Amino acid sequence: MREASAPSLAPVDPLIRLSGVSKTFSTGTRAVEAVDLDLMPGEFLSILGPSGCGKSTLLRMIAGLGAPTGGEIQWASGHGGGSRYGTRDLGFVFQDPTLMPWANALDNVALPLILEGAAKREAQAAARDKLALVGLAGFESAYPRELSGGMKMRVSIARGLVTEPSLLLMDEPFAALDEITRHRLNHDLLNVWRDVGFTAVFVTHSVFESVFLSQRIVVMAARPGRIVSTLDVGAPYPRDEMFRTSSSYASLCRQASDQLKTAMGG
Amino acid sequence: MSSPRTAKTTTSDLGPLPTASARSNDRWLKLAAPFLVGIIFLGGWEAAVRIMAIPPYILPTPSRIIETLVSDWPTLAASLRITLAITFSALAAAVVVGGALAILFTQFKWVELALFPYAVILQVTPIVAIAPLIIIWVNDTNLSLLICAWIVAFFPILSNTILGLNSADHNLRNLFELYGATRWQTLRYLRLPAALPYFLAGLKISGGLALIGAVVAEFVAGTGGTASGLAYRILEAQYQLKIPRMFAALTLISLAGVAIFLATSIIAHRLLHRWHESAIKREN
Ligand SMILES: Nc1ncnc2c1ncn2[C@@H]1O[C@H](COP(=O)(O)OP(=O)(O)O)[C@@H](O)[C@H]1O
Ligand SMILES: [Mg+2]
Repeated sequence: MREASAPSLAPVDPLIRLSGVSKTFSTGTRAVEAVDLDLMPGEFLSILGPSGCGKSTLLRMIAGLGAPTGGEIQWASGHGGGSRYGTRDLGFVFQDPTLMPWANALDNVALPLILEGAAKREAQAAARDKLALVGLAGFESAYPRELSGGMKMRVSIARGLVTEPSLLLMDEPFAALDEITRHRLNHDLLNVWRDVGFTAVFVTHSVFESVFLSQRIVVMAARPGRIVSTLDVGAPYPRDEMFRTSSSYASLCRQASDQLKTAMGG
Repeated sequence: MSSPRTAKTTTSDLGPLPTASARSNDRWLKLAAPFLVGIIFLGGWEAAVRIMAIPPYILPTPSRIIETLVSDWPTLAASLRITLAITFSALAAAVVVGGALAILFTQFKWVELALFPYAVILQVTPIVAIAPLIIIWVNDTNLSLLICAWIVAFFPILSNTILGLNSADHNLRNLFELYGATRWQTLRYLRLPAALPYFLAGLKISGGLALIGAVVAEFVAGTGGTASGLAYRILEAQYQLKIPRMFAALTLISLAGVAIFLATSIIAHRLLHRWHESAIKREN
């Protein structure tokens, strides 16, 4: 089934391979249990599941924030060891924009490069490019409090992309936004992904969002947090409002929704 | 343009101008109201003293105090300069030592564990009790006064800055970790800016305390030698029953305190107004 919908993925080595990855917190919570997952270069993958099923924990482990208590996370050679300056080859977008309130948009986006030891001028030039990429040209000197929720999220995405990582991890980035803003950001995120060509892992608890965005959806269940099924979304890109109202979108959403219900035990 | 604001300024929904004038009205009120209260208070004082014919060695009138301020200005100004010099040196030392210790404490937990209790002891011991010892141990009067004022002033800066350095957002810390930030980078780009509002709140308190410390210590010392501050002028005036002069010196101390408070408030506003909630005017 998967070969049919995404034939280009088959012969390529995965960017990251998770084998038997588990995490048990000291409290005894089995947040993630025995997850096997290959992230293919350039794909858009969503992790869909009810809240508390370990999505964030899994994503954070992929990012290297908190080691697994079992299993292994392997990067394809030439990536895990890091980018130019030796840090990990990934960007992370948190659920909250997580911007420094004392710095303007440009300095917020430039931060990862500064931390990697880049010169300020160089870092700001790259940050300016990325702000333009997410549609925020002209807002370089705005402070976070002067930006709307959607704009702050755009800044956060620009910051995630500023090191030009192979992998962008996003943890329910649009969960707190209103529906109209969320649709626009979904749309713009897809365009950026297609332009830049990074591998995207997008955590969400919204069935509609996961189907609209991704090529592949991994459905997780709680207690213990584990992967229960995988759904391929064969629809071609670009996806737009036409796709959102199409019957194939509706039927895919129904499938994903059914799998999520099964995952939640009913 | 949110509706609550439109409701408040009905005719002023067209541009920034009415809002600006509303804001300047606000500012006028902020200046005029305390000023008016002051005038009424002083007027009442003046009238009461005159009507009841209270002698100046019990309670002088405000006008008499002002007269004394003018006539004794050379002596009083010299003393004011000395008190202010001690205050600001103590405050500067408090900023440097308090800030540096706060950074040291948050960087090395064991230093905090070892030293913080002593900072607390220094803080809770009444300065009037320590001052005589310091004055005996330190030969130079001005230096001993400075040390006393410093002891009183430095704790708010220390404890507030420690709180601020530890208050950086959890996700931002994760982000710094993700990009392999060094300890120094985390301090410089995350913890210090996060601590700034807390530090400034501490500075506001310490500014007033440094002045109080300088005055109290001089009271305890009781002797000014060649160069005396305002506290000594008060003691001296008391002995000589020059009560108007005592009030004049007291007025100068109060004014200096107000000026220090205003100055630290302005500094805080300047540094924070772009981003921190405490310095932002909400428009709804
Ligand atoms: N640091 C932690 N310590 C202990 N338990 C945790 C911690 N973080 C998450 N958990 C628990 O692990 C489970 C999965 O959490 P999380 O990964 O945040 O789920 P999700 O992102 O899917 O909502 C939850 O039961 C949560 O309470
Ligand atoms: Mg989560």
